[in-house]
Amino acid sequence: MKILTGNDLTSGDVIWWTGDGWSRHIEHAVDVDAHGEAIAAQEEAARRVNAPYVIQGEMTEAGPRPGHIKDRIRAVGPTVRTDLGLKPADPSIGEWVI
Amino acid sequence: MYRYDDYDQAIVDARVEEFRDQTNRRLAGELSEDQFKPLRLMNGLYLQLHAYMLRVAIPYGTLSGRQMRMLAHIARTYDKDYGHFTTRQNLQYNWIKLADAPEILAQLATVEMHAIQTSGNCIRNISSDQYAGAAAEEIEDPRPWAELLRQWSTFHPEFIFLPRKFKIAVTASEVDRTAVKLHDIGLQIHRNAAGEAGFRVFVGGGMGRTPMVAPVIREFLPKEQLISYLEACLRVYNRFGRRDNMYKARIKILVHELGADEYRRQVEEEFLHTRTLGLDAPMDEFDRIAAGFAPPAFETGLSDEIDQTSPAFARWVGNQVAAHKTPGYAIVNISLKPTGGIPGDASSAQIDLMADLAEAYSFDELRITHAQNVVLAHVKKSDLFAIWQKLDAAGLATPNLDLVSDIIACPGLDYCSLANARSIPVAQKIAERFADLDRQRDLGELKIKISGCINACGHHHAGHIGILGVDRKGEENYQLSFGGSGAEDASLAKIIGPGFSEDGVVDAVEKAVDVYKALRSDGERFLDTYRRIGEAPFKEAIYG
Repeated sequence: MKILTGNDLTSGDVIWWTGDGWSRHIEHAVDVDAHGEAIAAQEEAARRVNAPYVIQGEMTEAGPRPGHIKDRIRAVGPTVRTDLGLKPADPSIGEWVI
Repeated sequence: MYRYDDYDQAIVDARVEEFRDQTNRRLAGELSEDQFKPLRLMNGLYLQLHAYMLRVAIPYGTLSGRQMRMLAHIARTYDKDYGHFTTRQNLQYNWIKLADAPEILAQLATVEMHAIQTSGNCIRNISSDQYAGAAAEEIEDPRPWAELLRQWSTFHPEFIFLPRKFKIAVTASEVDRTAVKLHDIGLQIHRNAAGEAGFRVFVGGGMGRTPMVAPVIREFLPKEQLISYLEACLRVYNRFGRRDNMYKARIKILVHELGADEYRRQVEEEFLHTRTLGLDAPMDEFDRIAAGFAPPAFETGLSDEIDQTSPAFARWVGNQVAAHKTPGYAIVNISLKPTGGIPGDASSAQIDLMADLAEAYSFDELRITHAQNVVLAHVKKSDLFAIWQKLDAAGLATPNLDLVSDIIACPGLDYCSLANARSIPVAQKIAERFADLDRQRDLGELKIKISGCINACGHHHAGHIGILGVDRKGEENYQLSFGGSGAEDASLAKIIGPGFSEDGVVDAVEKAVDVYKALRSDGERFLDTYRRIGEAPFKEAIYG
């Protein structure tokens, strides 16, 4: 699958395209297929996202999983400060990233 | 400490308002990201993996308790309650909101701080010796010259758009705590045969993709000619430095390709011209700056005795306290490297505590080191026990300065958008592997430096043991190198062989340390043994 991601313009938070908007949670990401670049351009022009880009990912039982470790770290926060991430209580988060 | 004059304050205040307006225009859609990005970067605001990151300049690593407390306030109010001290003696916040950035800069300006020129192809924060003004062996305090260079380079119209970023260090000691030979320009104050103090000028050092130890371009430069000479150095670079390829754009490439002799010739030719332009600071202006660095009012008649009946305190004194030039005083090194912790990170509460200690015990002054630690430079020996107790209670008394667990690590892939691999977890695992303090003390000085990409913010080229994280087909992989030094015996580390996984590199480090322990001679550091016996025994132990 292809996933569209970027950072929220105002907060800088990592965000994922959900089909009709943006979410901070990778679980909400959808396959943008060949439409990623067009959506990115439209959303960037509307100032809803900063520095958007399309990544390769896969749909797993646990939901969308970015193909590269960099984007998996973006999805959950620093591996060395899981208390600051979106899933501070999830003990499996390290395995998901690596 | 140097205090802003009206001009300093006015330009910083004006810059804050300019950036506030630029930010508002960006948020209102009047500026695109392409237009805004260079503006925010020139104010230290990056976009990193998780959020905007703000890099705050700490000129030559020196700041007051009030300034330190402001850093804690910003971390607590606008970030996630901590900050990260960097290898350029700066501080980074990792979770800044764009809309808050102008107000943060405004608050920094109230304590004479800013984030100007902490990014971009300009002259960056001038770094210096954390023992400045305290070390017995230094010729003079180098920071007035660093401050002069800060003022000269701030908004210098000719050097705002250099081919690449530009880093300058200033020291006045033969014991190099600044990595002076690994800077674009390194300035070392020394004495000539006539006993006069002047600058030895190194040009063209650096780490990054193409590491180089800088050659000496001027053995002796009269101090009062510093600005006109640096103008000449920068002009030759600005004219001939490559702008077509960012990987070949640093001055080290120019000096290397021209050769030191030809670069020197061109600089001297340019210098004949720049000397006539009246660029050098009037000495009365320098004296005004230097007055801000006058030695504090040290007490006399103090005892040099330290009651070390507490073993834990004695261990801390033995490793973290350095000799001061004034009887009865000492230099305290505060470790930001607790076992298993994140190198350089400090919580707001810890930052506040260090500010308190500086105000109470060290003439209201702190120093940030390029090794990501903090120094109280002027402490009475009779106060050491009280300071240690407070540091220990706050998790800031790990006695590991320059030992195997005092690791420099860049933020790596946990935070940085340029990184290829994580640095911090490797540092944590090595520190945990060698957690036994007796073992660390037995191993002695051993500087491990870790970078998460080729840009080398973690100074891996200058590590006795250097580790570089790379991306190998989407997997983190770590190259191990030996023999680097950022000190007066500067050298570049050499890759030992194929890379390792995260756990594998920790094992490899331990094997290398075992080789050192088995083959060292009396008094040899890891680096000395490596230089004496070469890489073969290490390679055999690691790969054999």
